[in-house]
Amino acid sequence: MDITRRRLLVLLPAAAVAWKFVLAGTPEASPNYKLTEHWWSMLIDIPKCIGCGSCVRACAEENDVPDGFYRTWIERYHVTGWQIEKPEVESPDGGKQAFPPNQSDGKNFFVPKLCNHCVDSPCTQVCPVGATFVTPDGVVLVDKTYCLGCRYCVQACPYGCRFINPKTNTAEKCSLCYHRITKGLTTACCEVCPTGARQLADLKNPKDPIHEFLRTHNVQVLKPHMATGAKVFYNGMDGSVR
Amino acid sequence: MFKDTEHLARLAVVIALLLVVFAVLRAAVVPHSFGQYGHYRGDAIAETAARPIAFAGHDACEACHTDVVDQKKQGKHVILACEACHGALAKHADDPASVTPPKLDTALVCARCHEANSAKPKDFPQVVTAEHSGGIACDTCHQPHKPRIEQMKPGVIEKIQAGAKK
Repeated sequence: MDITRRRLLVLLPAAAVAWKFVLAGTPEASPNYKLTEHWWSMLIDIPKCIGCGSCVRACAEENDVPDGFYRTWIERYHVTGWQIEKPEVESPDGGKQAFPPNQSDGKNFFVPKLCNHCVDSPCTQVCPVGATFVTPDGVVLVDKTYCLGCRYCVQACPYGCRFINPKTNTAEKCSLCYHRITKGLTTACCEVCPTGARQLADLKNPKDPIHEFLRTHNVQVLKPHMATGAKVFYNGMDGSVR
Repeated sequence: MFKDTEHLARLAVVIALLLVVFAVLRAAVVPHSFGQYGHYRGDAIAETAARPIAFAGHDACEACHTDVVDQKKQGKHVILACEACHGALAKHADDPASVTPPKLDTALVCARCHEANSAKPKDFPQVVTAEHSGGIACDTCHQPHKPRIEQMKPGVIEKIQAGAKK
């Protein structure tokens, strides 16, 4: 067959249409849970945290987190005098078995940490294969069947929230208990927090109490200068927290 | 007409073939849901959501244990979820008859929250357990669902004092 100019002009749009179908794949039927109706975040009330480690234990149990690795952990800060830049921070076993007694001088407090589920997350931007991503409802997840274990994301996270699971050799992190929140439950850590220091919040739900809380309290995020769009909000955070 | 039409046509056929091979390979290799929401496998979202739960949630507990709920409402522990102390019990919620939660060691479980620590909020009730109870189980005096003591059991104070002296 001769490819004339006329035939080429007919073939090119047809090829373009066919190519679009190849790229798009087959769309999935949408489940009851609507991805676009939620925008998940978490509120952490530092003055309420008692460092009991319930959240760390619950997270490990709910998500099969191997020993010595933490999707969430608690840090104990010890700030003395003017040395705000050099706080003493410790987290024995991630705070899983609560904390031993400590010094009574200076300011002492607990800071629970977890993935900040950033909107502009550095970890998803560096993934070379598209194994980690921000879902349409604002949760940063890892596709462990796609992850190569290259550790780029572990280095990129400014909050140290990622690790390589020694069993699967893939990146792992807090999923904000995605398997729970999509079923209408709260996260395991929020479920067991005895003082309500952790609260799951849906920023797209107009009835969520977080909106009033954010308006009326001095709420901060970790490392705001990094412009990650962190969605874990800390109330009553000391200036020394990093 | 061009001079070497046959030559150009052959080249076009080769390019077209290569394009077809590429399209077929790509369709075979790239998961069909890739690009559904962005530069990732869309099915991964549903796969993550399909994981089974370990903690049933307090609504599941309250559906059956209404007596404990009423008891908790009378005390400060009303804000605690059952699984905060009793542990993950989704299996018990699914099959209450065959999976039963173990009895808790109150000397350990209570101390996780109430052991004195200077980093805890000042208004949070804390004790140095060694001085407060001498290591005896907390539920000797306190009923954990309603922790304020209404009536002291006889002989307990002597027991604590004896234990603390050791």
